[in-house]
Amino acid sequence: MIRLLYFAWVRERIGKAEEALALEHPASLRQILDRLRTVSAGHAAALADPSRLRAAINQDFAGFDAIVHPGDEVALFPPVTGG
Amino acid sequence: MPGQTLFEARVQPQPFDLAAEHTRLAALGPMVGAIVSFVGQVRDTPLTLEHYPGMAERQMQAVLDEARARWPLLGAIAVHRHGSLAVGEPIVLVLTASSHRAAAFQAAEFLMDWLKTKAPFWKQAGGEWIAAKGDDDTAADRWGDR
Repeated sequence: MIRLLYFAWVRERIGKAEEALALEHPASLRQILDRLRTVSAGHAAALADPSRLRAAINQDFAGFDAIVHPGDEVALFPPVTGG
Repeated sequence: MPGQTLFEARVQPQPFDLAAEHTRLAALGPMVGAIVSFVGQVRDTPLTLEHYPGMAERQMQAVLDEARARWPLLGAIAVHRHGSLAVGEPIVLVLTASSHRAAAFQAAEFLMDWLKTKAPFWKQAGGEWIAAKGDDDTAADRWGDR
């Protein structure tokens, strides 16, 4: 399993702030996104364009080629706008 | 106490106390010769700030560590608020302490530039999520590797 967290408009379009996803073997973030898009229309809309998304694995920024392992915390969100 | 250092990142909903944070850095000892502070204010329209608890503190601390590696700092404090903020309210606070002003000024500017592109916060105004600005990436990039 991995824990997924969503923020800002990604959270709103998916309709939840977090969920779990079954993952038995390491997979790239890109592969995780491909699976998530099939979960619901909201997921498909939120995750349609990776160029508009940023990601973190275990609270560090990660590119979409990065590998996710079972037990990881994965977050998907828009580019940050703090400060 | 002489010889102490203080590098602290915090995320909180409540306002911060600039004078209190300044006093903490001033108390680091006789080598403190310059303290620079920056306060970002909510401008133009009320904001709601969402953040990623845990990662926000972690990335802010990483930016403080990077500043510490680049400049001879004795201390630095970064505080970022979240939640609903009215126009004119303070939203972000950065302070740097060093023996001399150049390091303190430069590190404070660096901290703000990197916090804007690395700390996981998202601003919402009038029900719309604010888009990230290319200018912020440009400002962050001028300091080199990120």
